[in-house]
Amino acid sequence: MDVILFLIFALIAVVCGVNVVVQSHPISSAVSLIGVMGSLAVLYLLLGAEFIAAAQVIVYAGAIMVLFIFVIMLLNAGAETRRGRSFLAQLLGVPLLIAFLGLMAYFVQQLFPGAPAVHFGGFQGGSAQAVGRALFTQFLLPFEVVSVLILIAILGAVVLAQKEMD
Amino acid sequence: MLTGVPLSWYLILSAVLFALGVAGFLFRRNIITVFMSIELMLNAVNLSFIAFSYQLKQVNGHIYSFFVMVVAAAEAAVGLAIILTVFRNRSTLNIDDVSSMKN
Repeated sequence: MDVILFLIFALIAVVCGVNVVVQSHPISSAVSLIGVMGSLAVLYLLLGAEFIAAAQVIVYAGAIMVLFIFVIMLLNAGAETRRGRSFLAQLLGVPLLIAFLGLMAYFVQQLFPGAPAVHFGGFQGGSAQAVGRALFTQFLLPFEVVSVLILIAILGAVVLAQKEMD
Repeated sequence: MLTGVPLSWYLILSAVLFALGVAGFLFRRNIITVFMSIELMLNAVNLSFIAFSYQLKQVNGHIYSFFVMVVAAAEAAVGLAIILTVFRNRSTLNIDDVSSMKN
């Protein structure tokens, strides 16, 4: 059951990921990226990361992608015009990418020969309670620093995006 | 019949998604799509954080991927504001046309 679920959602993630790169219109890429993020959230659940799966759906698929789609519609971005492709890159790009991935898959397979397989429910420490406890005790300082980072990012976005008043 | 998913499958999926992100970052010419490829790479790294967190039975990987999400949100807000400014000044989204730092 684990294997079937993993294969289904890994396939969805890879197909949507290819679609992100291949589609020429930014809206199609954005919708495919939402597909990648949704299937990754299911894989996080299989790995026992309940809190991160919920945060993935809410923050990534909810907030960040809505921001992307909002900007795409605001700028009225059309399909990309293809020009100036080098012939060598068109010919060799995809085969070299596949060869690189095959090599990497082989080495990753060799790196963890005796690793135990992943079972659903094999790790219970990913609940909101466990993540919150670690976040507010061991990682309290990074948490506070990151809140300052968010504040600076909000101010920067407002300053950058405002209209210049002469 | 396999009883569970090997850890390496998760890592290979993460590598595939990361390579797709790199390919999109290098091949695409629309600045928004380039930005979405960066988000794809960040997601791929998050997956391997969570997989190793399962393997080591520790919650630290979850915390790191949480921080990656926070930084991605901040980066998306600032980056899209920069894209808005570039579009307002140049009225183009093609990164080949925004090359004043090249020479």
